[in-house]
Amino acid sequence: MWDYTDKVKDYFYNPKNSGVLEDANGVGDVGAISCGDALRLMIKVDEPTQMITDARFQTFGCGSAIASSSALTELIIGKTIDEAMELTNQDIADFLGGLPPEKMHCSVMGYEALHAAVANFRGEVWVDDHEEGALICKCFGIDEAMIERTIRGNALTSVEEITNYTKAGGGCSTCAESLEDVLERVNAEMVTEGDLAAEAAFDRQAYIRPVKKGIVNNAAEPGKAPLTTLQKIKLIEETIELIRPSLQRDGGDCELVDVDGNRVMVKLTGACVGCHLSGATIEGVQARLVEAVGVPLVVIPVTQYH
Amino acid sequence: MTPVYLDNNATTRTDPEVVQAMLPYFTEQFGNASSMHAFGAEVGSALATARKQLQTLLGAAFDHEIVYMSSGTEADNSAILSALETQTGRDEIITSAVEHPAVLSMVAHLEKTRGITAHIIGVDSRGRLDMEAYAKALGPKTAIVSIMWANNETGTIFPVERLAQLAHEAGALFHTDAVQAVGKIPINLAESEIDMLSLSGHKLHGPKGIGALYVRKGVRFRPLVRGGHQERGRRAGTENAPGIIGLGKAAELALAHMDDEQTRVAGLRDRLEKGLLQRIGNSFVTGDPDNRLPNTANVAFEYIEGEAILLLMNRDGVAASSGSACTSGSLEPSHVLRAMNVPYTAAHGAIRFSFSRENSDADVDRVLEAMPPIIEKLREMSPFWRERDVRTSEFKPTYA
Repeated sequence: MWDYTDKVKDYFYNPKNSGVLEDANGVGDVGAISCGDALRLMIKVDEPTQMITDARFQTFGCGSAIASSSALTELIIGKTIDEAMELTNQDIADFLGGLPPEKMHCSVMGYEALHAAVANFRGEVWVDDHEEGALICKCFGIDEAMIERTIRGNALTSVEEITNYTKAGGGCSTCAESLEDVLERVNAEMVTEGDLAAEAAFDRQAYIRPVKKGIVNNAAEPGKAPLTTLQKIKLIEETIELIRPSLQRDGGDCELVDVDGNRVMVKLTGACVGCHLSGATIEGVQARLVEAVGVPLVVIPVTQYH
Repeated sequence: MTPVYLDNNATTRTDPEVVQAMLPYFTEQFGNASSMHAFGAEVGSALATARKQLQTLLGAAFDHEIVYMSSGTEADNSAILSALETQTGRDEIITSAVEHPAVLSMVAHLEKTRGITAHIIGVDSRGRLDMEAYAKALGPKTAIVSIMWANNETGTIFPVERLAQLAHEAGALFHTDAVQAVGKIPINLAESEIDMLSLSGHKLHGPKGIGALYVRKGVRFRPLVRGGHQERGRRAGTENAPGIIGLGKAAELALAHMDDEQTRVAGLRDRLEKGLLQRIGNSFVTGDPDNRLPNTANVAFEYIEGEAILLLMNRDGVAASSGSACTSGSLEPSHVLRAMNVPYTAAHGAIRFSFSRENSDADVDRVLEAMPPIIEKLREMSPFWRERDVRTSEFKPTYA
């Protein structure tokens, strides 16, 4: 069992401010059901004073996710928006008397939801630079901006901490190298800006990346020559044709755009566009392709033809 | 109120009769069976009896086909490593996507360090093995097949006897992790072609710290643990006499209760399952209803998360387990449910209820009463759940 504080347990068993806030004027949604937790924060802001007069939450997630959501509402009610925006995810964790390290991402989810709800109230678009390349962890849909915010906000100095705080790297772990890149860059900047002691910063040379289960070579048969590029592309095409009917049943679709080495570019269309499960769909497509082709492939969703 | 324990696939209560059988071997009969004096001799004969008891439960032809080890995990590891050493010229392993980590982690490690090739055979939505893929994967390079007898999360039973025949046609050894099957369903190894089988004491009301590997007579075996002649040189180390004797007693009791397990215990499980599905909408049973362990029910509750369910159940005095990400400390839901393609909307909310002969009708009543309010409370809190009319499409995360 997790070592939850009494306050975490209390806020989980008897959550305050759960449910729908009918007259909310700011709503922030973060997370996704495929990722295992999701939070909708609803706030009521008094326009003249900019005071958050009420807040409610709905959360899909574990005990600490529900407790963190409830704690967040308690922390922001009665504060002005400017005051609330000063809060960090650590404030949420502290309010609860601390969270287990592996559960810190629950407090980060609260922080992100608050910023999303305030942006929604202000009529702004919440920073969402999912432009190609910016999405680092495809399993949990975490982009570079969020990882950087969390590293800075919590003075993180290890990849493991990034996973605990944001979940990035907690799935297939193929983004391990990108996480190291971001951590190395941000830590170096923090040292320059005087926010981090040089000896505490992430040291890539000394870091040994943990070994995770690799992609299992299913289709490779002994003594068989490797596929030619043409054969590989054909096999990918055929496999995608096999997958399409099941996507079409849900009103979506998927087409092959390009193959570059082991990178397979696909375009999701129809109901897949904007679907928060599209990350899981891509993962599924990738698993099917790897199985069929027998070599490691990375499936990358693209929005336009190049 | 006494808690209701429905997590018997995780571990069982050691039967008091088992404890009684073990106790003398800590103090009065503390001797080392290998010693040349009376202290050792008495222990030696008790160990022989225990071996016979386990042999009977397994329906094994010879008692020396049993090699005692520390755990089911050690047995799984030993079986695979031995096969790679004895099967000269063969360097491929076939296993399933839903195995216990005791097999999957070892196989992944061997792929990395020894360059062996692994064929991980998938399952369908009920958790049944893809027989076509299995037949295709078998070949002249297959050293060993390791496929579980029954799955720990869903209880789905694999056709191991048939799988063993097919493995032999390809000249491969067949090992089965039967940790969840032994003691729950009848097993007759003498009549099968299974070469090796792993089991664990604490899953059948025996003590923890004792397991065994069955190695069919004639199957070549290379030990993992060396340094003594114990277990005919196949597993060194002074015998865990209390453990072995406890496991023997547990095997005897399991055989005596085998009918009860198939009828009454299965009946409790069925009543719980039906009752839950009747009372709680948007829930379904995972696994193969036609071919399952009698004691296991895995019910997925949509749009809520397993750890939260378990915490509330625990407060109501009901113990079960979940394949959800959060309970395991990993961030991904159970590899078993993922291999079965259970949708994400439900995989995070799957709860495993596993019974034993110690459960009663009153336990089922308690759980049936406790669950509906728990599920309702969490669903009301879930952004994906709207008054029994779920519109997940309304949930529009800024990033997802």
